[in-house]
Amino acid sequence: MNGPLSVATIVVALLLAAWYFLRSALDRAPSRLDLLTMGGLSALVAVLVVVAVIGLFDGPRPSDTATFGGYLITTICFAPVTAWLAKMEPTRWGSLILGVGAVVLPVLVLRLQQIASVTGA
Amino acid sequence: MPDEPTTSARPRDAALGTGLGRVLLLVYGTFALSASARALVQISTHFGEAPLAYVLSALAGLVYIAATVGLAVGGVRGRLIALVSCSIELIGVLVVGTLSIADAVAFPDDTVWSRYGSGYGYVPLILPFIGLWWIWRRRPERG
Repeated sequence: MNGPLSVATIVVALLLAAWYFLRSALDRAPSRLDLLTMGGLSALVAVLVVVAVIGLFDGPRPSDTATFGGYLITTICFAPVTAWLAKMEPTRWGSLILGVGAVVLPVLVLRLQQIASVTGA
Repeated sequence: MPDEPTTSARPRDAALGTGLGRVLLLVYGTFALSASARALVQISTHFGEAPLAYVLSALAGLVYIAATVGLAVGGVRGRLIALVSCSIELIGVLVVGTLSIADAVAFPDDTVWSRYGSGYGYVPLILPFIGLWWIWRRRPERG
């Protein structure tokens, strides 16, 4: 859970968030490319979650497995839901939705890392 | 989709869940999920440790769910639901925030609203203000 994949996801998400916030500030609706990059971020997050799920079966389990699973489900759903909401809002607020989504994702990944690091006996 | 500025050209009394309202929908939805999931875990695993805090957690979760539903539904009823839940949210975060600092013994474990939502980047403190402002801005025109 602590691998370079998590770091990459966090960095990419934050860079995208900055871009989306800039777009929103400039009063731009999400472009096709904006939605596609959110789709790319969703794919990256999906890979991260799949790796984490494989880790559940193969390796030390976090002591709070239920919470961990809940966070995994939330994390994998979050970016697609954000993109879907943004697609319905072709105004600057759509860009803000993408930005908020891209800021929340790193928080989710950090929480996952936190929960994963507590591997009870 | 052409890449050109398309700002909110909607009428002022357009649906509550469009424009900035849709951003609020995402944020409230996220808090609805995190607050109620947190309450569920707290209550189901160690309710005895801090019953008051956990009941408040659950209450916060319900308030966020109600606000999300109100924003999504819109119309007269949705507005009323959103207005009531945002008001409870504002009172809740102020009262719980103050109590959690003044009387730490009663709040040995955190809720979303503890210390004015500092665990959540103070978003719970700011959110009801934005929510109420938004509901007021999108009030129906009279006459």
